[in-house]
Amino acid sequence: MSIDTETARRVAHLARIAVPEEDLPALAGEFNAILGFIEQLSEVDVDGVEPMVSVTPMRLKRREDVVTDGNQPQAVLANAPDAREGFFAVPKVVE
Amino acid sequence: MSELTKLTIAGARDALRKGETTSVEITEACLKAIEGAGALNAYVHHTPEIALEQAKAADARIGAGDAPAMCGIPLGIKDLFCTKGVESQAASAILGGFKPEYESTVTSQLFDAGAVMLGKLNMDEFAMGSSNETSTYGNAVNPWRRGNDEAALTPGGSSGGSASAVAADLCLAATGTDTGGSIRQPAAFTGITGLKPTYGRVSRWGIIAFASSLDQAGPMTKDVRDCAIMLSAMAGHDPKDSTSAELAVPDFEAMLTGDIKGKVIGIPKEYRMEGMPEEIEALWAEGTEMLKAAGAEIRDISLPHTKYALPAYYVIAPAEASSNLARYDGVRFGHRAKLAQGDGIVEMYEKTRAEGFGDEVKRRIMVGTYVLSAGYYDAYYNRARKVRALIKRDFDEVFAAGVDAILTPATPSAAFGLGEMAEADPVQMYLNDVFTVTVNLAGLPGIALPTGTDKQGLPLGLQLIGRPWEEGDLLNTAYALERAAGFVAKPGKWW
Repeated sequence: MSIDTETARRVAHLARIAVPEEDLPALAGEFNAILGFIEQLSEVDVDGVEPMVSVTPMRLKRREDVVTDGNQPQAVLANAPDAREGFFAVPKVVE
Repeated sequence: MSELTKLTIAGARDALRKGETTSVEITEACLKAIEGAGALNAYVHHTPEIALEQAKAADARIGAGDAPAMCGIPLGIKDLFCTKGVESQAASAILGGFKPEYESTVTSQLFDAGAVMLGKLNMDEFAMGSSNETSTYGNAVNPWRRGNDEAALTPGGSSGGSASAVAADLCLAATGTDTGGSIRQPAAFTGITGLKPTYGRVSRWGIIAFASSLDQAGPMTKDVRDCAIMLSAMAGHDPKDSTSAELAVPDFEAMLTGDIKGKVIGIPKEYRMEGMPEEIEALWAEGTEMLKAAGAEIRDISLPHTKYALPAYYVIAPAEASSNLARYDGVRFGHRAKLAQGDGIVEMYEKTRAEGFGDEVKRRIMVGTYVLSAGYYDAYYNRARKVRALIKRDFDEVFAAGVDAILTPATPSAAFGLGEMAEADPVQMYLNDVFTVTVNLAGLPGIALPTGTDKQGLPLGLQLIGRPWEEGDLLNTAYALERAAGFVAKPGKWW
């Protein structure tokens, strides 16, 4: 499995990371080195093995579906790069 | 008292209770040591006012009697822990200026026990690295040098600042986190002791997430006893972390008897790697002899899937990271890129993340995105999770056969030079974690402690791996090994 520049561009976009066109071939090369290393996993016989979900056998706990925290909009917004009138502000999403 | 910064937690606790010194005195000595240690770049956010305020409160509590063991002990806190009102950036530019409105469970518990925070410690960005070279704050530096050679060495990573600070006596102990070896490898590189607890022993709440099924916080200390004391304060069930175990926390220190007669120590043949330096081989053999001399039974064991642990890790960890780090979008916290006329929300995400993340983090997010993408999920991600199940089964079988702990080298080499790996491909750096990563994949407790030095005088460490939830027994075996090894070397002060 070899990753080409086009695949690198697609993955970068899926990850929402802007990568300049001229950097894509080097990035594809790095992916190939890592994936080449990962490729060893195909040697392992995994027939009948369940994929691990949790290292310790535990059921995720459930709690009552009630509000346990809240009413602190200022704390929630305190670190926002752009907050206005009690909301997070972002560029226009809907035309 | 002289040399207050060199105290262990246990030594300081006893001196504080006897009234031989005060937390304010120890704290001031540490703050002074930190001021003179800029060259190590271990501390990246300094909190002297908080430290002195906490130290005064601790002294009052000690004076009133009934103070817990950690009361008045000055600590360094890895930058990955959210600390209320204090920069918590995971050594990333994307969290520039982020000051959490809340306190992580681990730091809450430590502060409730009276511990003192000296500042935040350097690390690899988002804990992704093995040399502390991916930090937005620049490299942390190892206080150890190769003899008279002035070349700067790595303190290891990702908890490099924690390791450097403990080794150089810039705190009595530090918090670390370990996803693939990030406590144990830096501990080995700097001649200190570091424990990764069983997955679920310590709450992950408020610790900036890297790979949630692998991440676990633990103590980085000057000796095994301090690890036991500090773990008791860090551990415990937390309703805010759904994977935190509802188990009582024993008094780990009380379990340190040094008696390991009849304990079965496994020596896994798969950890004898091709091209392993002779010094590491010899260190391992010496450690085995020490445990045998202390009365343990040595047994050769096999963990047949060891070879596949690193490749499985480099699917699972990036996959989880790509998901966890999706939250850094320039909306709720941290950095947002300056936008050009007409840029929409997708451009905001893409530019923000391109500017905010460093190269290694970007690489791992994208590898994770790839292995989770349609068409590759089964071939990579599910296969890696199946291999992970086999790696855990290897350990389960060995423990079921009566093995109490497993002895391995902690790292494949001593600390290397900063910049030495710059030209290597990323996989070469990943090999640093070859002995530690299995422990995270299987969710087990593991401890690294110094047992010798190499020809150039650099510390070397061994790792002991224990049964799940049996940190007490593991710490006791480590204590026996520590006593037998008698490692007392310290780095000469050059900074």
